[in-house]
Amino acid sequence: MPEEVRDRVIRCIAEAQHLDPETVTIDSTFEELGIDSLDGINILFALETEFEIDIPDEAAQNIRTVREMVEGVERLLAEKAGSRPQEQT
Amino acid sequence: MGLRRVVITGLGAISALGENVAELTGALRRGFSGIRPIQLVDRSKLRFSNGAEVPGYEPERHFDPKQAAMLDRFAQFAVIAAREAVRQAGLEAGSALFRRAGIITGSCVGGQTTEDEGFVDLYLRGKPRISPLIIPKTMANAGASRISLEFQIRGPVYTISTACSSSNHAIGQAYWAVRSGMIDLAIAGGSEAMFSMGILKAWEAMRVVSPDTCRPFCKDRSGLILGEGGAMMVLETPESARRRGASVLAEVVGFGMSSDAHHLTQPSVEGPALAMQAALDDAGLPPDAIGYINAHGTGTVTNDPTEAAAIRAVFGSHAARIPVSSTKSMHGHTLGAAGALEGVASIAAAREGFLPPTINFTERDPSCDLDVVANAPRPGNPEFVMSNSFAFGGLNAVVLYRLR
Repeated sequence: MPEEVRDRVIRCIAEAQHLDPETVTIDSTFEELGIDSLDGINILFALETEFEIDIPDEAAQNIRTVREMVEGVERLLAEKAGSRPQEQT
Repeated sequence: MGLRRVVITGLGAISALGENVAELTGALRRGFSGIRPIQLVDRSKLRFSNGAEVPGYEPERHFDPKQAAMLDRFAQFAVIAAREAVRQAGLEAGSALFRRAGIITGSCVGGQTTEDEGFVDLYLRGKPRISPLIIPKTMANAGASRISLEFQIRGPVYTISTACSSSNHAIGQAYWAVRSGMIDLAIAGGSEAMFSMGILKAWEAMRVVSPDTCRPFCKDRSGLILGEGGAMMVLETPESARRRGASVLAEVVGFGMSSDAHHLTQPSVEGPALAMQAALDDAGLPPDAIGYINAHGTGTVTNDPTEAAAIRAVFGSHAARIPVSSTKSMHGHTLGAAGALEGVASIAAAREGFLPPTINFTERDPSCDLDVVANAPRPGNPEFVMSNSFAFGGLNAVVLYRLR
């Protein structure tokens, strides 16, 4: 069973922040987790690497919670899947 | 020995606005932008595409081929700016004054472009060995050391690396060294050349580089634009300038430093305010003596309102009456060279009777409530000018110049 996007995002955040993943939930806010602006761009870097996506600055600017982060990543993953050329079967 | 006055008798600059001070001054007067599509690096691999490179720079016009190969671009810029400043001061290699002279330069990334290229050979191309020149080309003091060799300057020579405050720290240290009598003359300034893929990708990851251009203090500002270059000044006492018949271009009258002790990359209001106040105190000047501020003004979302608040905190009601501009809108953010380049720009412009503009200015931002010299230069003849540099790491350095 592949790890859910949500769990992977939480794992990236926990690793970047050196937090126990148990303490990071879908409802956590960045403020609660002590994520400041520099931490935020460090997490974006981790997510770009984890999911092999490019997160534009505009998309990243107003994200303040784990849930928004997960939704943003899911959106970018969907766009990436949509733009991929059709595979032959 | 009491404290001595310290005057500037030579200026030198190379930047996106030209390879000497005359070209820089002409560009400032025209409000000319040195920001263009990046040529030195494959910009298709970057989220941003514009930078402020020295256009058409050819090392061979300044150095013989062997010398050029020994010097990273940042060190070449340091030497080129120093040559111009020394020439204007009426000095030459081996001058007797140089026995008690020093050189203090600033650079943030030093010769990392050379290092980057060497490491590509090692890590990517799998080469078993890399050039022995990488060490002497990468060291941040390479420019200072080359200037020392070229002019036979034998006093204290060193380099300060405090990110974007490097060269203001260097000028301030040089000012204090001449003022105290430790040395009689100093060459001070900074240089930077950051256009390598590795460094640009690292800046991209910081998410502070604008996708189009640099619009300091505007409502729609979208980040900084990186710029390369170098700028140097010759500092000495008025007596020594008089003895040699050198023209006094300006005087350094105050220097203030502080640390935010707040955050690695987020600026504070208190730190910059402390540095500006310290510079005023050092000069013994009231805030209303300042007639122009060359702001740090990076054009990032966070810097500009924070700097505006710091200026308000220090200058109070006088803040509304001080023309402020950020010449980074024209020559880009030259990191460790910024304080020196902006100091030279401020002095050169004021000496010609104008205040350089903040170009690319669109709409005022109420959170940057300052008298911004927008888009076109303004006639001006300020007696005292403030030059601000605030660095990542929370380190602030402010220099005050007297023009008349």
